[in-house]
Amino acid sequence: MLEYKMPSLGADMASGSLREWRVKPGDRIKKGDIIAEIETQKGIIEIEVFEDGVIGELLVKVDELVPVGTSMATILTEEEAAGKRPAPAEAPREEKPAEAPAPAGSTTETLPHHIRASPLARRIAEEKGIDIATIQGTGPEGAILREDVEHAIAAQAAPAAGKAAVEHAAVPEEVTPEKPAPPVAEEKPIPAAATAQSIRMAVAAAMSKSNREVPHYYLETKIDMSKALAWLADTNGQRPVKERLLPAVLLIKAVAKALNDVPALNAWWENGLQLKESIHIGYVVALRTGGIMVPAIHDTDTKSVEELMLALNDLIPRARALRLRSSELADSTITVTSLGEGGVETVYGVIYPPQVALVGFGGITEQPWSENGMLTVRPVLTATLAADHRASDGSTGSRFLTAIKNYLQQPEKL
Amino acid sequence: MPGQLITYRECIKQAIREALQADERVFIMGEDVGRYGGAFAVSKNLLQEFGPERIMDTPLSEAGFVGAGIGAALGGMRPIVEVMTVNFSLLALDQIANNAATLLHMSGGQFNVPLVIRMSSGVGRQLAAQHSHSWEPLFAHLPGLRILSVGTHEDARYMLAPALADPDPVIIFEYTSMLNLEKELPDSAESIEISKAKVRRAGKDISIITYGTGVYKALEAATELAAAGIDAEVVDLRVLRPLDEETIVASVAKTNRAFLVEDASRSVSVSSEVSARIMERCFYDLDAPVQRLCGAEVPIPYPKHLEDASVPQPAQIVTAIKTLLQHA
Repeated sequence: MLEYKMPSLGADMASGSLREWRVKPGDRIKKGDIIAEIETQKGIIEIEVFEDGVIGELLVKVDELVPVGTSMATILTEEEAAGKRPAPAEAPREEKPAEAPAPAGSTTETLPHHIRASPLARRIAEEKGIDIATIQGTGPEGAILREDVEHAIAAQAAPAAGKAAVEHAAVPEEVTPEKPAPPVAEEKPIPAAATAQSIRMAVAAAMSKSNREVPHYYLETKIDMSKALAWLADTNGQRPVKERLLPAVLLIKAVAKALNDVPALNAWWENGLQLKESIHIGYVVALRTGGIMVPAIHDTDTKSVEELMLALNDLIPRARALRLRSSELADSTITVTSLGEGGVETVYGVIYPPQVALVGFGGITEQPWSENGMLTVRPVLTATLAADHRASDGSTGSRFLTAIKNYLQQPEKL
Repeated sequence: MPGQLITYRECIKQAIREALQADERVFIMGEDVGRYGGAFAVSKNLLQEFGPERIMDTPLSEAGFVGAGIGAALGGMRPIVEVMTVNFSLLALDQIANNAATLLHMSGGQFNVPLVIRMSSGVGRQLAAQHSHSWEPLFAHLPGLRILSVGTHEDARYMLAPALADPDPVIIFEYTSMLNLEKELPDSAESIEISKAKVRRAGKDISIITYGTGVYKALEAATELAAAGIDAEVVDLRVLRPLDEETIVASVAKTNRAFLVEDASRSVSVSSEVSARIMERCFYDLDAPVQRLCGAEVPIPYPKHLEDASVPQPAQIVTAIKTLLQHA
C-alpha cells in the first residue's frame, strides 16, 4: 500500500486546499492520471499520481486545507485491492458515501457538474482568459450571462476589489459558483479577482526570495537572427497555417541544446547544487489579468520544433486558464522568458528558485551589424542570462550563451 | 406623396396599376377582381381603366385559374393571379407546388415560370377559420418558389415590380387586417430587393425578427420597450424563401439575443426555421436562448376576443422581452 501525499507545487507552497476528488475508492488509476484538484496560490491545479494501482481510501475531505506532505489517499496494488474487495467493482462504490462522509454543503461539489452559461458568456470568458467557474451567474437558474463576465473583467481591473479579494482568499470554498449564494451583485466578481491577487502574491514571494538569497550575475549577447528568420519564413511557407512555427520554438530549442552542452545551468540549488538529468524548460506566460505562470515543457531537448510548437499551443491557453498540472508547475529546471512581442530589446531576469538560471530574450529588431569589415542591417535578438553565482561562474554562462547563439545560426538542425 | 397618409390597400392598388401601365404583358386574373372590384376592393375601377382582357374575372376554381396563369406565364405573359385568401390557395396547391415550382427544374432549365400570385393572409375582421389562416410556412417549405410577405406600406407599394421582374414564380402574401391601415410612404422609395430582409428599426439589446403583420406590432412593441430602456432591433424578414440569413446573422451577432414573432402557429413555422439558422450560425453570439411568440395552434376563431388571443399582440411582445431581459 502506498500513500499519496500532498505534493509541493512550488518552492513557496506550504499547503493547498482540496477542491475536488476526481476518483473514488476502488477506481483503477494509471501513472499520470489526474486524481484531484488542489487550490493553491497559483489557482486550481490538477494533480497527478505517479503509480499504477487502485484507490484505497480517500483521507482528505473536500475544502480541507492540507499541508504539503500530508497523506491524502491510499493506493493499493491490484493484489491488495483484490484481497480487500472480493465483490465486483460496483460494490464499494455504493458504500462510498458511508466511507467518506462529507459535509452536506460540499457533497454537490464532488458530483460532476455542468456550468450554466450562455454561449456568448463562455466565448468572452475564454477570449479574456477568465475561468468561467469563478463567475457567479445572475441569469435564469443562475446562468452566467455576458453581463456577469463583463462585471468580472471590470472587477479585475478595479483596484477597489483588492482588499475584499485578500479577505476572500482566506475562504476559498466560497469561490465555487455552485454554492447557492445570494446573487448580490457587488459580491460576484470577487472570486476571479481573488485568483489574480493570489497569483500576484505568489510571484511576489518567489521573486523576493530570489532577490534575497540568490547572488545573480548577468551576461548578454546579440544574436544575428537572419538565418533563423529566413528558415522560418521558408518552412512556414510550406506548412498549413495550423502547423506554422513561431520564433519562440527555435529559441526554446536552442536553449535546450545549449543545456546539453553546458549541463551546469540545468540544475536546482537546494542544499547545494543538484544537477538535473532531464531538461524541463519553464516558459513564462504572462496572464492577461496580470501575473505570470511558468509551465514546464517536459523533456524539451528531446522534442522536435514541431512538438515544441504543439506543446506551447497546449500549455499557453491552459496556463492562462489556470489549468496546469502539478508536474508542469513543479518540474522546471530552467526558465526562459521572451518579451519579443513587446518593444523591449533586453530582459534582465530574476531567477525562479530553486533554479539556477534564467534566459531572457528581447524583441527581434533591425540593427546595424558589422561583419568581416562590412556594415549591414540584420534582424538582431538580444539574449541575456541571469545565473546564480553560487551554482556557476561567468565562463560557464558565457559558453552557454555562445552555444545558444551558434545553434540559432543553423536553424535547420534544430 | 411625402407626408400624406395612404392605406395599405391603396399602396397595393397603385402598384398593380403601375405594373399594368408599365408592361402590356401584365394582366390580373382572379375571383371578382373585375366587376366587383376585388373581394377586398384592391382592384376597384381597374376594369374600367384597363378593360376585360387585362382585368379578368375567373370562375371559382383556384386549380383552374392558377393553372391558366402558369400557362400564360410560360407563353410569355406576366400574369398577376389573385387568390382571394390563403385558405383557398390549397385548392391550387397542386398547380403551385407541382407545376409552377418545378417546371424550371423538370425542363432542364428551359422553362421559367414568371408568375406572380398574390393572396390575402392572416386574421382580418372576424373572418373566422374559413378565411383567416397564416399559412406562409406551408409555401415557404417549397423549393422553386420565392415567398414574399408584405409587412409594410412601403413593400405593399414597391414589391410587386421586382416580383414581376423575377423570371421565376413569386408568391406575395398580403394581410387582410392591414388593408385600411394608413401610414406615410417613405419620401423616396428605394428600389426594393426581394432577396433581402430589412432592418426596420436599429437597436442593440435584442433582435425582434418577424414578418407580415408582425412588423408593425414589433415596431409598436419596440417603441414601448424603448421607454423602458430596452433598445430593440426590428428585422422584417420580407423574404420567407429563400431566407436572407446574412441580415439575420448580422443582427443577432450585434444584439446577442433573438425574439421571433409571427402570426402563424408555432409548430414547423417560419420562426422554427429562423431559430434553427440562428443556432447554426450564431450559437457563440447568443447570450440567451432564442424565444418565439407565435400564433396559437388553433383554427382561427370567430369571436373578436378569441381572434385577438389567437395571434401575438404588441403587449405580449413587450412583456415577453422584458422577462427575457430580466427587466420586469
